[in-house]
Amino acid sequence: MSAIQNVSRREFLGGVVSTGAFVLAAQVIPRSGWAQGAPFRTQAESAPLNPSVYLGVRPDGTVFIVTHRSEMGTGIRTTLPQVAADELEADWSRVTIEQGIGDPRYGDQNTDGSRSIRDFYEAFRHAGATARSMLVSAAAAQWKVPESECTAENHEVVHMPSGRRLGYGTLVPAAAKLGVPKGEMLKFKPRTAWRFVGKETSTYDQQDIVTGKAQFGLDVFRDGMVHASIEHPPVLGGTIRSVDDSGARAVKGVMQTVRLDTFKPPHLFQPLGGVAVIANSTWSALKGRRQLKVEWNDGAHAGFESVAFRNELLSTVQKPGKVFRNLGNVDAEFAKGGKVLEATYYTPLAAHASMEPPAAVAEFRDGKVTVWAPTQNPQAVQEAVAAAVGIDKKEVTCHVTLLGGGFGRKSKPDYCAEAAVLSKQLGKPVKVIWTREDDIHHDYYHTTAAVYHKATVDGRGKPTAWLHRSAFPPIASTFAAAAREPLSFELDLGLVDLPYDVANIRAENGPADAHVRIGWFRAVSNNFHAFAAHSFADEMAQAAGRDSLEFLLDLLGPGKEIDLKAQGVDYSNYGAPIEKYPIDTRRLRRVLELAGERAGWGKKKSGGGWGLGIAAHRSFNTYVASVVEVQIDARGAVQVPRIEQVVDAGVIVNPDRVRAQMEGSAVMAVGLARTGEITSVKGRIQQSNFNNFQVARMNDAPRQVNVHLVESDALPTGVGEPGLPPVLAALGNAIFAATGKRVRELPLSRQKLA
Amino acid sequence: MVNFTVNGTVRAFDDDPDMPLLWYLRDDLRLTGTRFGCGAGLCGACTVHVDGLAVRSCQTPVRTLQNKRVVTIEGLSADGRHRVQRAWTTLNVAQCGYCQTGQIMTAAALLTRIANPSDQDIDQAMTGNICRCGTYQRIRSAVKAAAKEQA
Repeated sequence: MSAIQNVSRREFLGGVVSTGAFVLAAQVIPRSGWAQGAPFRTQAESAPLNPSVYLGVRPDGTVFIVTHRSEMGTGIRTTLPQVAADELEADWSRVTIEQGIGDPRYGDQNTDGSRSIRDFYEAFRHAGATARSMLVSAAAAQWKVPESECTAENHEVVHMPSGRRLGYGTLVPAAAKLGVPKGEMLKFKPRTAWRFVGKETSTYDQQDIVTGKAQFGLDVFRDGMVHASIEHPPVLGGTIRSVDDSGARAVKGVMQTVRLDTFKPPHLFQPLGGVAVIANSTWSALKGRRQLKVEWNDGAHAGFESVAFRNELLSTVQKPGKVFRNLGNVDAEFAKGGKVLEATYYTPLAAHASMEPPAAVAEFRDGKVTVWAPTQNPQAVQEAVAAAVGIDKKEVTCHVTLLGGGFGRKSKPDYCAEAAVLSKQLGKPVKVIWTREDDIHHDYYHTTAAVYHKATVDGRGKPTAWLHRSAFPPIASTFAAAAREPLSFELDLGLVDLPYDVANIRAENGPADAHVRIGWFRAVSNNFHAFAAHSFADEMAQAAGRDSLEFLLDLLGPGKEIDLKAQGVDYSNYGAPIEKYPIDTRRLRRVLELAGERAGWGKKKSGGGWGLGIAAHRSFNTYVASVVEVQIDARGAVQVPRIEQVVDAGVIVNPDRVRAQMEGSAVMAVGLARTGEITSVKGRIQQSNFNNFQVARMNDAPRQVNVHLVESDALPTGVGEPGLPPVLAALGNAIFAATGKRVRELPLSRQKLA
Repeated sequence: MVNFTVNGTVRAFDDDPDMPLLWYLRDDLRLTGTRFGCGAGLCGACTVHVDGLAVRSCQTPVRTLQNKRVVTIEGLSADGRHRVQRAWTTLNVAQCGYCQTGQIMTAAALLTRIANPSDQDIDQAMTGNICRCGTYQRIRSAVKAAAKEQA
């Protein structure tokens, strides 16, 4: 067995591009550690009662809660403060939410990996309980009664025997003088007393959103600001051969053009390079750019052809790869002969295409930079900007606006670095705006993959040995030039953690070159690993003539915790301790069973163009089962009348936002499966806008997505991503049920289903 | 010189007549609720009303607006409580929220044309507006909820 890489995504990023100090929220660095010379203060920390970086209370009773995670549509800006407000016994109408700047005092701020709730639920509970405890102590002291006779209730402390009450605001001056109680001294509210956690609430920003007041990255304006639109090299790593900017400069409002250096490998989050057109308005910059004439030296990736590359990937997975999990002895079982099933699956490159394209404003002044950006990771902005302009990251202040979608793209702050480089050179604040074409042409793409599956099956069609092998240009290539092998976390997302109860399992991976920037896209490699594995499981069920759901439950076995460590696998488990967040196949069984019940599984026979498909997948420590209903007409056009999503994410903080994430994931999955494809010819991306990179629209999205939340006392886990992977497989399985045609390649737009 | 109104205010425009209304609204008037999504009339994020009809402001050069009446999300209602906006907040439609102002403008124009739109009417009107977060089923519910209220 080959060596198993033991670098998790976190450790790796921490070491190579260091996206920030990975301190736990409970172990924040003292305020003085960072704030010297930093003029920005939150209102929370300016408030007299400020026992936590996340929370402050003013004498007028206003509670300020700081969200340090980015809001890209998950509702996290509402949900984390709800946790603190609940423990504080606050009146929600008196809570003001603030967005934290990039600052390691908050702990990790990289809003990816569906882990904001998982990693910061406790920290926000502590913040709320700490402030409540201090307010209660202050009231008890004022009344000269034991604290045990006092309780907190809706923004007041009540002395229970006498019924006396004091408002939080009144108590702030006295409470602020008290020592901050240690975490182990805190008492938390019992679940029965929760007022916000688990309850239906409105999202904090809804009213600003529907009135157009909500501020996204593109909405930032600074005095004296100029606008920049950048022509990037069409091929990754290309350089400028010649520029004729006379036409561009002749456009009214265009001030000048600026050449930007192409990055030195690895590309990391560095600017791509190119030519920036600088103008006094967005329109002039865009118009000027159309007149720009640039010739390029294409460089090493000009030979990237998607058609040939697909064939290469498909061939790679037919050959032995590096072994990452080896349970039992697959080869010995294969050698026994018997019935063999084999299938190879393929998924193409895809783009994030968040509705707000990358954009940022940067202001370089006196050796410091201030950035306003829609970013998933303001600490990475500090680092990328600092590296790009040659200053210390402490001299970079990053304000986080709302994000018009993120899906992983906005964890990579190349566009912020562009704005900073230009601002330094021009001596003015600069807004960089990417067009949709820039976004589609120069994404950190969701990678393309081939996955091969082979199994021998027994008399009932159950696998006795299972080999699976993936190959894909890895995210590793973004951090190490010419990396052909994934970081181990990329395989921990749906490959090595295959949950089925099979005696012999081997997981392998083969090498693949990256010719474009590869990044994490919602659910990352879970998407293709889950699509392949759970399609293949369904192929086994069908080959045995068994019911898909009954077969899956049989395949999972009675349920247990899978101990990958005992199998020699160093599994990163999404950066969470495996003891607290085990791979528990009982939970997978439960979501499957519930999904079957809610979908009316087995009540109507599939076929004749109608069908149901099912799959379940654990990702980001959360368990989701999906049942997809399809209706396929004589021309092969697929409609999705309904999807049932059943999610077990432990304790649910914000049920409405969990439902929203499950609804949205289902829509994105169906869109991705239908038409989500990016292709290259001569290293140039062929798609450019929503006409040829099509995403789900109202008329082809699933008509109805029903979401069922499993009641649970388990630790809360994330929901931003796990709703996507099982839908891909369940959709393919539904198409098979409806038509007898097995989907092994996406997008569906390339398949003949009629 | 192009003369028109934006949210009831008279505007006299004498800049580049090819400038799309989108950039005039955003950069000059700072009415940033009208969003840039594609620049090609493909996504609907920039939807505004011109003489009551939903149009894509990224595809509407200012020179075409002589004597026209432009309404943006900021002018849809005086208090942000237009029945479509109320339905949107009641149903917690928005996720990231970026496209929703365009969705609301399209929906409001639809309800002016058709008081009680069918599913098919809603699909037809709203399919030009992309929501990458995938809020379509709530959008459909919100349009129906708004239709039930009196204008």
